[in-house]
Amino acid sequence: MKYAAKKIAAMLLTMVVVSLLTFTAFSLISGDAAEIMLGTQVTPERLAALRSELGLDRPLPARYLSWLLGFFTGDLGMSLQYHQPVRELIAPKVLVTLCLSVLCFLLITAVSIPLGLWSASRSGEALDGARTVVNQLCMAVPSFFTGILLSWGFGIALKWFMPGSFPDLGEDFFGAVKYLFFAAVAIAIPRVAMTVRMLRGTILTEMQKDYVRTAISRGAPRRRVLYRHVLKNSLAPVVTFLAQTMAEIVAAGIVVEQVFVIPGLGRILVASISNRDYLVVQAIVVILAFWVVLANTAADIINQRIDPRLRLGGDA
Amino acid sequence: MLEIRDLHVKFHSRDREAVAGVSLTIRDGEILGLVGESGSGKSVTAMSVAGLLPRSRCDYSGQILLDGRELLHIPRSELRKIQGREIGVVFQEPQSAMDPLMKIGPQVEEVLDIHEKLPKEERRRLALEALEAVELPDPEAVYGKYPHQLSGGMLQRAMIAAAIVIRPRLLLLDEPTTALDVTIQAQILELLKKLNAGSGVSMLFISHNLSVVRRLCGRVAVMQRGLLVEEGETDTVFHHPRHPYTQRLIAAIPTRERREEAP
Ligand SMILES: Nc1ncnc2c1ncn2[C@@H]1O[C@H](COP(=O)(O)OP(=O)(O)O)[C@@H](O)[C@H]1O
Ligand SMILES: [Mg+2]
Repeated sequence: MKYAAKKIAAMLLTMVVVSLLTFTAFSLISGDAAEIMLGTQVTPERLAALRSELGLDRPLPARYLSWLLGFFTGDLGMSLQYHQPVRELIAPKVLVTLCLSVLCFLLITAVSIPLGLWSASRSGEALDGARTVVNQLCMAVPSFFTGILLSWGFGIALKWFMPGSFPDLGEDFFGAVKYLFFAAVAIAIPRVAMTVRMLRGTILTEMQKDYVRTAISRGAPRRRVLYRHVLKNSLAPVVTFLAQTMAEIVAAGIVVEQVFVIPGLGRILVASISNRDYLVVQAIVVILAFWVVLANTAADIINQRIDPRLRLGGDA
Repeated sequence: MLEIRDLHVKFHSRDREAVAGVSLTIRDGEILGLVGESGSGKSVTAMSVAGLLPRSRCDYSGQILLDGRELLHIPRSELRKIQGREIGVVFQEPQSAMDPLMKIGPQVEEVLDIHEKLPKEERRRLALEALEAVELPDPEAVYGKYPHQLSGGMLQRAMIAAAIVIRPRLLLLDEPTTALDVTIQAQILELLKKLNAGSGVSMLFISHNLSVVRRLCGRVAVMQRGLLVEEGETDTVFHHPRHPYTQRLIAAIPTRERREEAP
């Protein structure tokens, strides 16, 4: 428990650092929001007035603090482009993107762990080479391309979902999940292949360890050795790996959302970047960063539950 | 009770046979010592008995008879019924021989779980009894600990407990004290003696150290490069070694130790 508390404290600190860096970076590159809003043909007096209205005349730390406070109270400022509160603009999209990442993550976990086990237990067989080729193929094909194929195949040809008409998450949750499912598959395929390869490698390494020999010397059948001993010992690196995958899922999601016409953060992020709508971009970057940091912290805490050697103070 | 007849083992990856025609007998209730320098084939001999040879990666021939039952060539499924149940193994490195993520208790119980359908409570009782028998202080506490929380000596006791909990006929001890420091080593030897006297379990005790074997074993066999070069009563071998290799092994024991060990 102490360990978890420490991890969560570290997570919060990381989040502060991440948001501070993001905020500073955006302050440097975004230039003067007042100028962007008013254009260049404007009197210095009007500019100064708008600046103080927007709080731009205050020093950076003060602006950061009030922005951070705003972030947690839901006040993210106004979008320059859409003349709408940023929160209103992105809240429904955050939900869609989080749904997509969670779905994708569950898919990767549910598919790659059994596949990795299966692949490890079949190692050394004649088909091993073929399996490696399939695995590398899956790793090599980019998600947006798989996405185009899936969207065409299941959407346009089979009509299992209607590309372009994403059901509202609140009204038709299962319809929305079904729609997201195909995008999640597209993002998941290369990551499943990577996870399978890494789990397989870890299992095969663990199989060589002495404790496996001990279990066999006790008359343990292969399945027991695999499930009672090896799997658990192979899980910690996989959990870490999966958490790191969360960052990739988010990144791949931005592109794949475009392919599937999913109203998530990807679309608005791209639009806001090209419109220099930095408050929106900044909010999205920080939200995604928090999401990834959260996933990694969860992985650390899970690993500590798996491996007693990671527990501090020997509270086992 | 155990008879090894003309055992040959050759790994595909090696040119030389690891075991090149070994015949050995372990009698009921005795502790047989097996000595020889590192690489002489002691472990491979023991692993053959324990059914731990990587069968697909070596050629093997000969016979291993446990009470007349051939073990070397029986199918894996048959072998599994004997592994752990009739033959227990204790390895050199207790730290790596234990599953680091499993508490000591379940590891001690594992052999019971595999071979006997016992209620959980009964298994636990037997495990605690075994931990008590190997003279671990506070078995209840040890039962709930993870391997990394115990010292090497305590872990090796736990490994011995895990091997004897089901009361096998034969215990294979592959350099069980080599990784431990001298005082702990002496304690473990005493413990093995006591267990042997108490339950009559036969033991094959492997060591590269002749003076350790001398303290424990009635008979000793000496291996060199896959071959058995000498076999006999420990005292006879010790005082009148016939083979030059045995003479060298004895000469390698520090004199101080040799005198201390003299009866
Ligand atoms: N799994 C293995 N694969 C290939 N060679 C092995 C294997 N195990 C042991 N050997 C070789 O067999 C010989 C005997 O080894 P071993 O029985 O372990 O010696 P020791 O007497 O030290 O226990 C050595 O030359 C060793 O390198
Ligand atoms: Mg050895």
